[in-house]
Amino acid sequence: MAHHEVDHVSGVTTTGHEWDGIKELNNPLPRWWLWLFYICIIWSFGYFLVYPSWPTLTGYTKGFFGYSQREAALNDVAVGASTRLAAASGLKDATLEQIQGDPKLLEFAMANGKAAFGDNCAPCHGSGATGSKGYPNLQDDDWLWGGSLDAIHQTLLVGVRSTHPDTRVNDMPAFGKDALLEPAQIKNVAGYVLSLSGGAVEGADVAAGQTVFAEQCAACHGEDAKGLQDLGGPNLTDAIWLYGGDEKSVVETITNARRGVMPTWEGRLDPVTIKSLAVYVHALGGGS
Amino acid sequence: MSLEEGGYAIFLGLLAFACLFIAGKAYDQALAFHAVIGAIMAGAGVYLIVKTYLDNGGATAPEEINGKPNYNFGPVKFATIAAMFWGIAGFLIGVIIASQLAYPALNFDLPWTTFGRLRPLHTSAVIFAFGGNVLLASSFYIVQRTCRARMPGRITPWFVVLGYNAFIVIAGTGYLLGVTQGKEYAEPEWYADLWLTIVWVVYLLAFLATIWKRKEPHIYVANWFFLAFIVTIAMLHLVNNATVPVSVFGVKSYIVWSGVQDAMVQWWYGHNAVGFFLTAGFLAIMYYFVPKKAERPVYSYRLSIVHFWALIFLYIWAGPHHLHYTALPEWASTLGMTFSIMLWMPSWGGMINGLMTLSGAWDKLRTDPVLRMMVVSVAFYGMSTFEGPLMSVKAVNSLSHYTDWTIGHVHSGALGWVAYISFGAIYCLVPWLWNRKNLYSLKLVDWHFWVSTIGIVLYISAMWVAGIMQGLMWRAYTELGFLEYSFIETVEAMHPYYLIRALGGVLFLLGALVMAYNLYMTIRYGEAEEPAGGVALAPAE
Repeated sequence: MAHHEVDHVSGVTTTGHEWDGIKELNNPLPRWWLWLFYICIIWSFGYFLVYPSWPTLTGYTKGFFGYSQREAALNDVAVGASTRLAAASGLKDATLEQIQGDPKLLEFAMANGKAAFGDNCAPCHGSGATGSKGYPNLQDDDWLWGGSLDAIHQTLLVGVRSTHPDTRVNDMPAFGKDALLEPAQIKNVAGYVLSLSGGAVEGADVAAGQTVFAEQCAACHGEDAKGLQDLGGPNLTDAIWLYGGDEKSVVETITNARRGVMPTWEGRLDPVTIKSLAVYVHALGGGS
Repeated sequence: MSLEEGGYAIFLGLLAFACLFIAGKAYDQALAFHAVIGAIMAGAGVYLIVKTYLDNGGATAPEEINGKPNYNFGPVKFATIAAMFWGIAGFLIGVIIASQLAYPALNFDLPWTTFGRLRPLHTSAVIFAFGGNVLLASSFYIVQRTCRARMPGRITPWFVVLGYNAFIVIAGTGYLLGVTQGKEYAEPEWYADLWLTIVWVVYLLAFLATIWKRKEPHIYVANWFFLAFIVTIAMLHLVNNATVPVSVFGVKSYIVWSGVQDAMVQWWYGHNAVGFFLTAGFLAIMYYFVPKKAERPVYSYRLSIVHFWALIFLYIWAGPHHLHYTALPEWASTLGMTFSIMLWMPSWGGMINGLMTLSGAWDKLRTDPVLRMMVVSVAFYGMSTFEGPLMSVKAVNSLSHYTDWTIGHVHSGALGWVAYISFGAIYCLVPWLWNRKNLYSLKLVDWHFWVSTIGIVLYISAMWVAGIMQGLMWRAYTELGFLEYSFIETVEAMHPYYLIRALGGVLFLLGALVMAYNLYMTIRYGEAEEPAGGVALAPAE
């Protein structure tokens, strides 16, 4: 062996190698490091014996206690489901009004409704249910298709312009795009509609607009423009606007129509959850 | 013209024509665009080969000048500057996507700037473009110096460095155009993968050939780690990118693996990209620059051998811990977890060797901010290689998986370890390569250190808090058996932490800009090192 130089700082010999000025000390492996390494290895071998670990020709080693992650997870799901089932069974046959009248059922329905709302409804209606442009606010008492328990329940079941055969549907004509009204007439009718809630459109002939409204709009929105919930015709007098209440937005709505969509939840959510949602949404505010 | 020059010229010439042919017949615009870029780059390669041949009349560079090795540092310089460029680009995109998570409107509703396209651009830019160029620069530098031999070939080292950066350009522009195979950290499509394979094999051969030519009896530990990195990345790349293109004239390809096997191959790749690219490669950098800068011998030769072999043997099995509680069989998940636990000490071997090398030189931390940066990087390495095994434990993973805790973990490794050891290496390399006495300003290095350290701390602590909170919110049940929080509520709860994270990223980016300025001034105005007889002289020792 070559000379084994001693490092003056540490008093440890070097290995005698040198690369570009770098030398190496001949220190042993740190004991604590080595022992922790051994302990990790021993622990792992213990773990192999207890849990499913090594593949075999026909399957895998199951471990001492036959623990299965999949069974444990299924068990957790079953426990959760049975907890809920006990309370849900009362809900299944109760009417919406009965649920509302029974504090125990109501508590469960509200909890179920809140959880279901957060994951299914909040993406459009907002996590506070206050809606946004194109998506109705569910906190107020302005309802497109009715705000009674049954009406809300029905809307949840079949959706609006959805794939359900009995879906709630109406079609506002695209008055401008399909040339049913002249641009000037659209402006006038927008002026009339906005005047109902205290607004105005500069240069619009409100009286002419009222005539157009009576001919074209009243059938769905009502003679008094207060809406017809059976047809899903919105109230135009309450200063609550789904797509905006400025002149530009209203003209745009009359010109091209809007036709928002809500999916059907029948088949996607179980009947108890849909009932719970109806009760929950009804309770949010403005349920009639 | 030598066989080497002629060979590369013919290969690149044929490639240029093949690219033009494909560009003409391509049925999607992205491939036509990439084929044109490929043709231009290959054509430029041919031009450069012929031009240098004509300029110097075919004379080869001497192996030695005045009895000292005449190292080939041109490609090292290029890769060093490229690393700084890509680093800043990658950090900037990181700041942008961090801001998008806080304010989604910042994607401006354009397809090219959506999170889904910019996120792989960020990860690839920092890992493969920044990290990759640091690895190329440092491996070419270290292997030559520790073997006391010039790299063989006139074109080969340049082919590796320029070819690798060409791959980065193709991959990065592809992401923006929506070209991806949808595999995390392996997004580039089949043609980019093929090109990288060629470049990587040449890299391996160039590295091996330098070791073959060495004038030292032994191979230095840094070179073991580099070799492990190069060989393993080649294997991972080939297996995880085994795809069949729909047509040579289109970008799309399909992977040969399917279902959970594909997921397993993907995470075998993904985990070992961390293990061999971001760990083994950067440990090699640590093993050279820390003892060099501290001017102390490496703490323990024996520890370096034992932890090297233990690390590379154990790392390769740990991938399944990325797939706990999925369709992956439970036994595979168990193995991934236990191998991760066993990996803890082998990982720490590198930390011990790095930190203990400073014994007798700790006082230097007060005066040398570059060494301080590297020591902090080793400390971050120790922290994230403890956190990794911890998070691989199934019970912990059931809380941490899919949360931002993972993002925090990754960034404590990426910013704290990989970037800091890289910054340290670049701060050393630039004066050495450009023959400068010292850096332009050590005070600016100090600023860089403190600004970016605060950035890292903000980043990872925000993600720890956010991630654990997110995991706890996801699993919270009410007494009646319903989930306490809807998903959207958990997203809303993250908002303040996303802001803190973005701020941390901004600080980290600022630090890198200070560094780039400092390096520019060093190269441009730094005081020249006394020429003491050699072209490529060792720094003052």
